[in-house]
Amino acid sequence: MRKLTVPISEEAIRDLHVGEPVSVSGVITTGRDAAHKYMLDNFIKTGGQPPESEQEVYAALKEILRGGVIYHCGPVVQQQNGVWSFVAAGPTTSIREEPYQAAVIEHFGVRAVIGKGGMGPQTLRACRDYGAVYLHAIGGAATLIARSVKAVLTVYKMEFGVPEAFWIIRVEDFPAVVTMDSHGNSLHEQIAGQSAVKLNELIAR
Amino acid sequence: MQDLTDAFVELIRRASTQLPADMEQALRRAKEKEEPGSAATGALDTILQNIEMSRTSFTPICQDTGTPIFEIRYPLGVSTRTLADQIRKACAMATERGYLRPNAVDGLTGKNSGDNTGVDFPTMHFHEWDEEAIEVHLLLKGGGCENVSAQYELPNPALGAGRDLEGVRRVVLDAVHRAQGLGCAPGVLGIAVGGDRGSSYIKSKQQLLRPLDDTNPEPQLAALENRLLEEGNELGIGPMGFGGKTTLLGVKIGTLHRLPASFFVSIAYMCWANRRASMRVIGEEVTYA
Repeated sequence: MRKLTVPISEEAIRDLHVGEPVSVSGVITTGRDAAHKYMLDNFIKTGGQPPESEQEVYAALKEILRGGVIYHCGPVVQQQNGVWSFVAAGPTTSIREEPYQAAVIEHFGVRAVIGKGGMGPQTLRACRDYGAVYLHAIGGAATLIARSVKAVLTVYKMEFGVPEAFWIIRVEDFPAVVTMDSHGNSLHEQIAGQSAVKLNELIAR
Repeated sequence: MQDLTDAFVELIRRASTQLPADMEQALRRAKEKEEPGSAATGALDTILQNIEMSRTSFTPICQDTGTPIFEIRYPLGVSTRTLADQIRKACAMATERGYLRPNAVDGLTGKNSGDNTGVDFPTMHFHEWDEEAIEVHLLLKGGGCENVSAQYELPNPALGAGRDLEGVRRVVLDAVHRAQGLGCAPGVLGIAVGGDRGSSYIKSKQQLLRPLDDTNPEPQLAALENRLLEEGNELGIGPMGFGGKTTLLGVKIGTLHRLPASFFVSIAYMCWANRRASMRVIGEEVTYA
């Protein structure tokens, strides 16, 4: 099991290959559908000149995501005495972020995207070009993963709703598997290809 | 009529935090079949640990607590409007207690209602029956697997699928292939043959309430269920799409009458977290299963 600590170096990323189990520690952010569209519209399309109302979030995300990790997750949270905690926090399906992910990786210098189900060719190319990996968490393992979330530091864009907000969290030994590496390999492409051959055999039976 | 709100909250808690025993057993058997040390085994290991943790800590198995789908059977004289109000209230209470994630988003504005109630949310189907009891079955249907669910119209020339059970077999295998690991494999398939587009999808989801080890009373469908389970696993997609021997844990097929012009096959893909629970109310007594 490879241990990755945020901020992650490009060297550490280039050393990873499809199929390897890893664990992630450090401060990361969640971000899913609304968050990705928001980043593209406010930070990337504006060439890093967001409207004044969004500058605080931009500054915070730039710091967290430089060498950092974005987690596709809409958690179940609880607040007690003003303190948030994660109750259940497995990954959501990543492919919905395919139109945005490559630009986000490039713009912020993201080193790892955690999610489930894998992503497409644009993200794979960005992983190769900018030195990033896609890490597959176990879908549905929400209680187990929530236990690796040691603290909720803050939350941005709560107006998107609980699942869609940016939750800034500190994780320890977050378990995942490399399924897309920075050398152009995707486990998802391999399995899709192999199972397509089998499908044709079965249909001809 | 007694207030069943608290009983519905308990039903939701059970569904969200305790995986049915037949599902857990199927996952254990699957783990034994996979190669030791493989990514598939690792995934199943994590899944089984998570099931145990969720059960003992009363926390959701999966953070996507899905669309709550209630199938309610009730005797003559029960007010379905009252039951519906109590179910909606229970959904809001269960959200407050962290058994459900706020999951109901306005179709137009995108605003989350915050309490799992909204326009036709949760889903409820009422069926009057001859028994004295009220029986409620709940399925928590996650979004990831819902997105890979599919509906085909036969004939389908691309797959060489005609209007017969062989055609059904072909389109179902195609759907499993298209889903890859995205529906959180290993999954369960609920399949409906016939109906219109709407009734067919409803029927396909209702199949997911059947226990994994039941036998379809219609021998042709029972045979097709077994064959699709085997052939689905031969695709080699494996747990989470990591590759492996277990892609499906169960296949359940139901049929409906259809129009002569239409031949729909609806496939409800359910993730490994096939969260179903039921309760039965006789007089003051509530029992859960």
